[in-house]
Amino acid sequence: MDYFIELFFGGLTRGSIYALIALGYTMVYGIIGLINFAHGEIYMIGAFTSFIVATVLSIYGFPLLAIVVIAALAAAVWSSAYGVTIEKIAYRPLRHAPRLSPLISAIGMSIFLQNYVLLAQTSDFLPFPALIPEFAFMEPVAHIVGSSDMVILVTTALVMLALTLLIKFTRIGKAMRATAQDRTMAMLVGINVDRVISATFVIGSALAAIGGMLIASHIGQINFYIGFIAGIKAFTAAVLGGIGSIPGAVLGSLVLGLTESFATGYVSSDYEDVFAFSLLVLILIFKPSGLLGKAETKKV
Amino acid sequence: MFPVNELKRSLLVSIWFAFLTFPIMVIKVDPIERIVTWRWDNMFFVAIGSFVLSILVKVYFVRKERRAGSKKAQTALTEPFVHRILREPRFLYPLCLACLAFAILFPHLFSAYQTNIMTTALMYVVLGLGLNIVVGVAGLLDLGYVAFYAVGAYSYALLNMHFGLGFWIVLPIGGLLAAFVGVLLGFPVLRLRGDYLAIVTLGFGEIIRLILENWNDFSQGPSGIANISRPGLFGIDLSFSASINYIYYLVVGLVIFTIFVVNRLQSSRLGRAWLALREDEIACQAMGIDKTRTKLIAFSLGAFWAGLVGVIFAAKTTFVNPASFTFLESAIILSIVVLGGMGSIVGVILGALTLILLPEYLRALAEYRMLAFGGILVVMMIFKPEGLISNVRRSYQFKKLPSSESE
Amino acid sequence: MSEAILNVTNLTMNFGGIRALDSVNIDIYPGEIVALIGPNGAGKTTFFNCLTGIYTPSSGEIRLRNPETGKETRLNGMKPNRITEKGMARTFQNIRLFANMSVLENVMIGRHCRTHSLIFGAIFRNPATRKEEREIIDTSYKILKKVKLHKQVNEQAKNLSYGAQRRLEIARALATEPFLLLLDEPAAGMNPKETEALVSLIRLICSEGHSILLIEHDMKLVMSLSDRIFVMDYGKKIAQGTPEEVRSNPAVIKAYLGEDVDA
Ligand SMILES: Nc1ncnc2c1ncn2[C@@H]1O[C@H](COP(=O)(O)OP(=O)(O)OP(=O)(O)O)[C@@H](O)[C@H]1O
Ligand SMILES: [Mg+2]
Repeated sequence: MDYFIELFFGGLTRGSIYALIALGYTMVYGIIGLINFAHGEIYMIGAFTSFIVATVLSIYGFPLLAIVVIAALAAAVWSSAYGVTIEKIAYRPLRHAPRLSPLISAIGMSIFLQNYVLLAQTSDFLPFPALIPEFAFMEPVAHIVGSSDMVILVTTALVMLALTLLIKFTRIGKAMRATAQDRTMAMLVGINVDRVISATFVIGSALAAIGGMLIASHIGQINFYIGFIAGIKAFTAAVLGGIGSIPGAVLGSLVLGLTESFATGYVSSDYEDVFAFSLLVLILIFKPSGLLGKAETKKV
Repeated sequence: MFPVNELKRSLLVSIWFAFLTFPIMVIKVDPIERIVTWRWDNMFFVAIGSFVLSILVKVYFVRKERRAGSKKAQTALTEPFVHRILREPRFLYPLCLACLAFAILFPHLFSAYQTNIMTTALMYVVLGLGLNIVVGVAGLLDLGYVAFYAVGAYSYALLNMHFGLGFWIVLPIGGLLAAFVGVLLGFPVLRLRGDYLAIVTLGFGEIIRLILENWNDFSQGPSGIANISRPGLFGIDLSFSASINYIYYLVVGLVIFTIFVVNRLQSSRLGRAWLALREDEIACQAMGIDKTRTKLIAFSLGAFWAGLVGVIFAAKTTFVNPASFTFLESAIILSIVVLGGMGSIVGVILGALTLILLPEYLRALAEYRMLAFGGILVVMMIFKPEGLISNVRRSYQFKKLPSSESE
Repeated sequence: MSEAILNVTNLTMNFGGIRALDSVNIDIYPGEIVALIGPNGAGKTTFFNCLTGIYTPSSGEIRLRNPETGKETRLNGMKPNRITEKGMARTFQNIRLFANMSVLENVMIGRHCRTHSLIFGAIFRNPATRKEEREIIDTSYKILKKVKLHKQVNEQAKNLSYGAQRRLEIARALATEPFLLLLDEPAAGMNPKETEALVSLIRLICSEGHSILLIEHDMKLVMSLSDRIFVMDYGKKIAQGTPEEVRSNPAVIKAYLGEDVDA
C-alpha cells in the first residue's frame, strides 16, 4: 500500500510539473492556434537560468530563502523575455502564412535554442543545488512523500489558483478569453491583440520557468536537452485534456503523470517515454479533441 | 541614408538582446569547483551582432516594400536566373551532363576520404528528395522521417546478422518494409490535421528509437549491431577503398534513379493531386480526390526512399545503433527540404550538398551546425518560405492541339 | 415529370446550440435550374456542405439518383470525394481554388476522379497513361474554352480577376462530369456585364444536360434564370415555387424585408 501511495504522489508531482508546462502550450494554442514547439526550450532556459543564478548566489554566500526567491524570479523574468522575443521573431511575421509555416519556424526555434544553450554553456549534466530543504515535520511520512514533492504540489496549486484568478477577473485575462474565442471580433471591439498574445507568452513562459526550476531541484541535475522530452510530454498532456482548454491541461497532466508513475512502477521503467508517446499517438488518433475539448466542425 | 530613430530602435534591439542573453551567454558557473566566470566579451558580441542584424533586416524590408511598390511588369524580367536555365533544355542538358561527368570522375579526382563524405552528402540528397515528396509536394509535415530510415538500416542489419541475407536482396526488402510501416502508421494518422500529424510522426519516430534502444533481444540495444556485410559485387571481395568507390557509385545511381522518379511523379496525375492537396484539402475532396489514399501514397513512397537509404547506410558504416536515428536527424533532413525549396528537385539537391558538405569542410562551422539548421528553418520561413530555388511549374502550349483549331 | 435526381428529406444540422438546418426537404428534377435563396445566415451554404459530405448532418436523408443509369445512392456518411464521383459537384462561396497552380491545372484536378493512372503509370509513362494525360488536357482545355478562360491556361489561379476565379471554379466542377452542379453565389463580386455572361454560361451548361442548384443573392439573376426557387430562413424552408409564386409570397417578403415593410 505504501508503494501505491508513493507512486500516487510521485505521479501527482510529475503531473503538476507537466501541468505548469502544458498550460503554456494550451494558452498559446487557444489564442493563436499554434503548437509552440519551442515551449519545451523555454522551460529548459528557465531551469538553466535558475540554476545559474542559484549557483552564483550560493557561491557568494546568500541565505537559502533569498536564493530561492531570486532564482525563481530570475527564471520567470528571463523565460518570459525569451517567450516574448520568440513570438516576435519567429511567429508574428507568420501569422497569416500557411498553417505549417509557423510550426516549422517553431521547430527551428526549438533546435536553435537547444544548441544555443549547449554552445553557451555545456552539454554535460550539471548538478542542481538543493533548494528545497528536508522539512522536519515531513519526517514521519518521508519514506512515501518527500519534502520536495510536497513543495511542488503546493506551489503548483498556488500558481494554478493565481492563474485562474488572473484569467477570470483581470482585464488582461478577459481580453485573453475574448481573443481566444474570436480574434477578429476581439480586434473590432478594441482589444490590442498583439499585447494579448505577448501577455499569453509571458504567462505561459513564466509558468514553464517555475516548473523548470522545481523539477530541476527535485531531480537534482540539469542539461540542455531536458526541454525536448518534457515539452513533448506536456504537449501530450495538453492534447489529452483537450488543447485550448485550461482545466483540460491540468487534468490531462495529472492523468499523464499518474499513468506514467504507475506504469513505470508496476510494469517497467525501460519504456517510460514510450508510454507517453504511445498515449499521445493514441489520443490524437482516437480522440483528437481530448477529454475536455469540444469537437468543432471547421467552417467552410 | 538611415533615419536616426531607426538607429535608435536598432540600439534598443541590441540592448534587449544583451539583456536577454545575459545569464546564459555571460555567466558560466562551475558548481563543483564553485567558480563563477563572467564572460563580458560575449555580451559585447551579442550587442554588436543584434544591432547589425536588426539593421540588415530593416533594410531588407524597406527594399522589399519598394520592390512591391514598383511595377509588376518587372516580374518577367526578374524571373530567377536559375529558373531560366532550368526551363531551357539547351542549358539544362549540358549542365546535367557536366554534373554527371563530375560525379563519375569524383572518386578518381579526390581521396577516399572525400569520396566517403560525398557519399554521405548524396545519401542526404536522396533522403531530402524522399522527404520532399511528403513535405514539399504533398504538404505533410513528417517529423518522424528518420524512423523509416531506421527501419531500412535495421532491416539490413538484422536480416544480415540472422539469415546472412546480402545487400542486394535486402535493398528492396528494406525499402518495402519501410513503406509498409509507413502505410501502417499513415492509415490512422493521415486523417489528422497538419500540425497534429507533425507531432504524431515525431512521437512515432521517438517510439521506434526508444524501442530499438530498450528491446535488447531484438536490436541489441544502445550498443547496436556491428560487422554488417558490405555490399557484394557478383561475389567478388572488394578491397576497402574499392568498396568505398563501389558504394559511392551505388549512391550516385540511386540519386539518378530518385531524380528520375520524383520528376516523373511531379508531372503526373498523382503529383498534381499532391500539390492540390497541399493547397486546399477541402476543395480537393470536393473535386473527387480521395484525400487519405493520396496522402498515404505520398507518405509511404517517402518512407520507401528512407528505407532504401537506410539499407545503404547500414552497409556503408557496417554498424548501426539507435543514436543515429534521433529526432535531430529528421530535423536535418527537413532543413534540407526547407532550405532548398519545397517541391523543387534542384533546390533539395543544392540544399543537401550545402548543409552536409559545408560543415564537413569548414570544421570551424561544424560546432554550430545544429544551431544553423534551427536558424535556417526560422529564417527561411520568414524571408523565403518557397526556398532558395522554388519549384518551376510546368506550362502548356496549345498551338498544336487539335481541339483548339476551331478558334 | 421524371423522377427526382436529388431527394433531401428532413435534413437537420446542429452546431452546438445553433440549428443551422431544420428539417429541410428539397427535390430536384433532371434539366432544372433551381435557386436557393434566403437572408444571410439562413443556412444555404450549410445545406450545400451537408449535401456534398463536407459536414455530417445531424439527421435526415440525402438521396442522389443518376438520371442515365437510374441508380440511386444514399449519400449520408459518404466521403465528399465519393459523392463527387457519384455525379454531384460544387463551387464554393469563398473561392477555394488551388491558388498557386495554373488555371489549366485547376481544371485538370477536376478530371482526377474520372481517370486512374497511379504510381506505375507516372513512372513508366506507358501508352495508356499518356493517352489518359492527353485526354485530361484536352477535356480541361475544352471546358476552359466554355467558360472563356482558354487564353489564360498558364496563369496562376490567384492572379485571375474575381469574376474569372468564379468561372474557373465552375470549370473545375464541370470537369468532374456532374449531372447536378451546385453553385454557391456564383455572381458574388461580379460586375453587371460579367453577371450577364454568367447567366448565359449557366443556361449553356444546363442545356448540355447538367441540372443546376444555385445559391444567389442577386434577385434579378435568380428570377430570370430559375425554373423553381426554394426560400430558406433561420434554417427552415419557408417557401418554394416558380419565381412568380415566390415573389408574391408574404412569408418571403417578411423574411427579406422584416416585419413592417410592405413590398
Ligand atoms: N462550421 C460551423 N460551425 C458553427 N456554426 C456554423 C458553421 N457553419 C455555419 N454555421 C452557422 O450556421 C448558420 C448558417 O450559416 P450559412 O453559412 O449556411 O449561411 P448562408 O445562408 O450561407 O449565409 P450567406 O448568405 O451569408 O452565405 C450561421 O449562423 C453560421 O454561423
Ligand atoms: Mg453562404
